[in-house]
Amino acid sequence: MAIKVKVMDRPVEQVSYVRATLSGLAHTFKHLVDPHKVTTQYPEETEALSKRWRGTHRMLTNEDGKAKCVGCGLCPTVCPANCIKLVPGEDEQGNRFPLVFEIDEFRCIFCGYCQEVCPEEAIHVGRHYENAEFSRDGFVYDLERLTAQTHPVSELWDPADPAGE
Amino acid sequence: MGAMLMSPITENTTAFVIASAIKVLTFFGVYLVTVALLTLAERKVAAWIQDRHGPNRAGPGGILQPVADGVKNFMKEEVTPGAGNSIIFSLAPVIAFCTALVSWAVIPFAAPLPTPWGVVSMSIADLPVGFIFTLAISSLGVFGITLAGWSSNNKYSLLGGLRSSAQMISYEISMGLSTIPILLLAGNVTMGTIIQQQQSGGWNLLNLSVAFLTFLISAFAETNRLPFDLPEAESELVAGYHTEYSSMKFSMFFIAEFANMLTASGMMATLFLGGWDIPFTAWDNSGDPSVLKTLLTLVSFALKAGFFLFFYMWIRWTLPRFRYDQLMSLGWRFLLPLSLGYIVLIASVLLVLQMLGIEAGVLQTGILLVLNVAVLLAVFMIFDRGRLVSPTTSKMSVAEMRRLRAQDRDGSELSAKVRPEPEMGD
Repeated sequence: MAIKVKVMDRPVEQVSYVRATLSGLAHTFKHLVDPHKVTTQYPEETEALSKRWRGTHRMLTNEDGKAKCVGCGLCPTVCPANCIKLVPGEDEQGNRFPLVFEIDEFRCIFCGYCQEVCPEEAIHVGRHYENAEFSRDGFVYDLERLTAQTHPVSELWDPADPAGE
Repeated sequence: MGAMLMSPITENTTAFVIASAIKVLTFFGVYLVTVALLTLAERKVAAWIQDRHGPNRAGPGGILQPVADGVKNFMKEEVTPGAGNSIIFSLAPVIAFCTALVSWAVIPFAAPLPTPWGVVSMSIADLPVGFIFTLAISSLGVFGITLAGWSSNNKYSLLGGLRSSAQMISYEISMGLSTIPILLLAGNVTMGTIIQQQQSGGWNLLNLSVAFLTFLISAFAETNRLPFDLPEAESELVAGYHTEYSSMKFSMFFIAEFANMLTASGMMATLFLGGWDIPFTAWDNSGDPSVLKTLLTLVSFALKAGFFLFFYMWIRWTLPRFRYDQLMSLGWRFLLPLSLGYIVLIASVLLVLQMLGIEAGVLQTGILLVLNVAVLLAVFMIFDRGRLVSPTTSKMSVAEMRRLRAQDRDGSELSAKVRPEPEMGD
């Protein structure tokens, strides 16, 4: 089968190179002098995050500064990425607390199930994204680090308010 | 100042040599800094056209960005392709770099400067061959690019080099031919004479608009800038001829490109916009030279060249790249006949004007301007209908196409004739 070339027959008025070039130059010049620029100058200005933004975790504390976690083991069970390491402990009064609570933020897929499943509203995903570290080890957050975080936490999706308003 | 001091410095050999050395050192210092700032300007203009801010972190407003780039390039590892020709591979950026720098040498950038030892002309070398020197040297620049493409032993580089040689040789012809009308007007090739002629007889932009247009387009092609950047063509050829280059060698190609831009802008300003002439005043080109005149004419020249530099960037972020056959088509089938015909036209018109006894001046400029506008209109009315560069639509005449389209609207059976249905073969 012979190869056929499709000849585009555009209206002759539309194929004027000179007119097209001049209008293109006018268009780019308009943008050149337009003072409105779209770049966010990041370290100085930041864009607002969604209320449902799911970033690195934060462990909330009660009044005496202890983690709210009771070591029930629901979050490591529900975690699809298997990134939470929890060793529960118990004191003389029978209060349960986590002996070890570690989240590997590199393994985490930020699904937010841990926050959703937590009966004590202790572990939360945070509205936060500035996470740079000098080594991979730095991304395994222990309990001390998780409780020390201060950034705002994510709000769960509410079925009654699906758009988050 | 006495008459003795107004003599050209060339009469005093020692002073001439010293003055030339100072000129060379100062000038190339300024030149390279300008090139460095041009890379910043290019990125800024690119950013502004795309509604961004551009580099603004290194120094106030990003003014130190070229320094950061330079330091970065020096720190980079230099990679030489194992299967390439390493001698030519190292030589190629040197050729590109040197030719780009040398080609500026004849362009006068200000009115002559008076010194106690004589009047110093404000060009590196006031050569009697004038701008032919620039044309000659800039055509040597193609060796740098072609050899870079060949010695890399890389198919993309080779294609880039080949494209560049074909393109630069094609467009050199129309570039050279478009300068001939200037010679017809000025009667000499030296930059000084051409500037003088424009001071008395009006800018060549008005006298020779068609030649200006041809020169402008050819200069874009000669400097491998968009829309003629086929040797680089990052979307097709990785990075074209400098794909294999890294570190300072790559930087040298980059500097060479910007230096070529600067030279082409200087050439256009000198040949067509009166060089360092300050418009609407005869103050700068009559009477004794003075330091003030030199400075003001320098500013005037910088503004003119700066406009063309901006124009380069402006065009770059407006027009897409030509297809290769369109590029050749534009060069050989449009610019070459146009510039050849224009030489004949201008020569005949000048002969007629001479016979009528019309000297260089307002009347001559007016006549030539009317002529130019007529030629430009004619060229664009006749050729600018999808047939300037594109051979695919040039088969059918405009009238024929209109007639067929009108028929199509009537619903008559034409489509079968114009576009036969693809037959299913065996």
